[in-house]
Amino acid sequence: MSSGAEKVVIVGAGPAGIRAAEMLVSAGIKPVVIDEGMKAGGQIYRRPPDGFTRSPQQLYGTEADKAVALHGRFDQMVAKGQVDYHPQSSVLACANRSLHALTPSGRREFGYDRLILATGATDRLAPVPGWQSPGVYSLGATQIALKAQGVALGRKIVLAGSGPLLTLVATQLLKAGAEIEAILDTSSLRTQMTGLPGMLARPGLVLRGMMMRAKLGRLYHAGVKILGIDADECGPVSIRWQDARGTLRKSDCDMVGIGWHLRAETQLAGLAGCQFDYDTGWAQWLPRTDRMGRAAERLYLAGDGLRILGADGAEVAGRLAAHACLSDMGLAAPDSSADLRRLRRYERFARGMARAFPWPAEMVRRTPDETVVCRCEGITAGQLRESVDYGGAEANRVKSLARVGMGRCQGRYCQLAGAELIAAKAGISVCDAGRLREQAPVRPAPIGAWVRDA
Amino acid sequence: MKPHPRTGRIVRLSETARPRVHFHLDGSPCEALAGDTVLTAVLSSSHHLRQSEFGPEGRAGFCLMGACQDCWIWQADGGRLRACSTPVMEGMQLLTEAPAGWPS
Repeated sequence: MSSGAEKVVIVGAGPAGIRAAEMLVSAGIKPVVIDEGMKAGGQIYRRPPDGFTRSPQQLYGTEADKAVALHGRFDQMVAKGQVDYHPQSSVLACANRSLHALTPSGRREFGYDRLILATGATDRLAPVPGWQSPGVYSLGATQIALKAQGVALGRKIVLAGSGPLLTLVATQLLKAGAEIEAILDTSSLRTQMTGLPGMLARPGLVLRGMMMRAKLGRLYHAGVKILGIDADECGPVSIRWQDARGTLRKSDCDMVGIGWHLRAETQLAGLAGCQFDYDTGWAQWLPRTDRMGRAAERLYLAGDGLRILGADGAEVAGRLAAHACLSDMGLAAPDSSADLRRLRRYERFARGMARAFPWPAEMVRRTPDETVVCRCEGITAGQLRESVDYGGAEANRVKSLARVGMGRCQGRYCQLAGAELIAAKAGISVCDAGRLREQAPVRPAPIGAWVRDA
Repeated sequence: MKPHPRTGRIVRLSETARPRVHFHLDGSPCEALAGDTVLTAVLSSSHHLRQSEFGPEGRAGFCLMGACQDCWIWQADGGRLRACSTPVMEGMQLLTEAPAGWPS
């Protein structure tokens, strides 16, 4: 087969997928782009539906130019017929060089010769007593509601967790006129300072973050312990927490947004044959690739689903993955040394961030027995701990026996905490608790999608 | 038929000049705006989308990006849809519990 006839499929149309598509198009390839969104852009540069009128400046702030450039470039490629674009389509499975996707017109198979996965990330969640109540959302969800719908998810909001989104979402909500009662950061100021040397790889971003933080004033509390969310049938009524000096406090609220930075979305990568390594800095399993994003033969990864570098890093990683793909096809690609330098700088910054706003391992290990760990099926920390005793200290065993990771989210929001709880119970390291094997379909799909008319 | 409170959990902060869309929630007439997701539309007049099958609490979605599967809501015809990623449509008949006669 000549390389010109090779079929390249990109999954995801966020910053990484768009830049990967752009580089392939400029080399004369017409990639298939499959994306779950109604419009291309991904999550951080998510676009509201038609009929909304806020300006890019209102939606994306200082990042408006980048968002407009990405959206514009992708729309232009679609308009010129340079990409075969399938929006609102979820890839469910990957096997034998073929993707199974649920599209608006039913299930469809997409064969490929080379696959670029740019599947992004979700919020990284830790269980908090009461987090199963209606009206507790991820920080990402809180931001999406504001950006894509122009709404707040409550009248009196508490944001809790740690990471760059905590400050950013708080800033955006206040600017839009929402009422915030408290912003609770589980990272202490001292811990945040330890990340500063790395973060200074991008001094502009540090400055911007500090200015945002300063404007939050007395709403922001560092070094807190989150004790629990009290709720009635309508949702949260208050959140209990301990401040940095050890004083017990309670904040009234009707909505809580929580999250601890991001978790790479890697299920399709696993199904496609990628290997994983436990990354102690990020406290999660991340795909094993070379610097360009090659994960296996004919498989390339880019964006937050590979390394959690945020949107700028995703653009770079998208170009690098496309570059690797083109080189492997024997086609010329532009010099990538500048992108590789940028990648190193973004990685230094991201490592600093991970250090400054860490996964709350100690909090998770002390999760009370009665606290729900699996939101899908209401399984508690006590039930999980019990299964470790009779089933063994391994994530897939615990999934089989206690069903943590078996529910509809397929472990996306419980498996990191689950592994931490297993490790604490058995006295082993969290990476020895193992990684959940991914299972297709990676999104729920109706059985009808597999039934063909006679 | 369960009455729904007049106000839900959603607070509209901007973009309120869009045309109105009408739908039914548990048989009661409700109003939303064109471009709302089903999640936004329902939570404008309610505090939850469905009942948890595994606990006493209601559920109102969680991730809003199609990953957590918390926001599946019933339709009167027996189908379900993911509220965070489905636009609300004129005349939709939505239910916070399974339709009568659905095996539980």
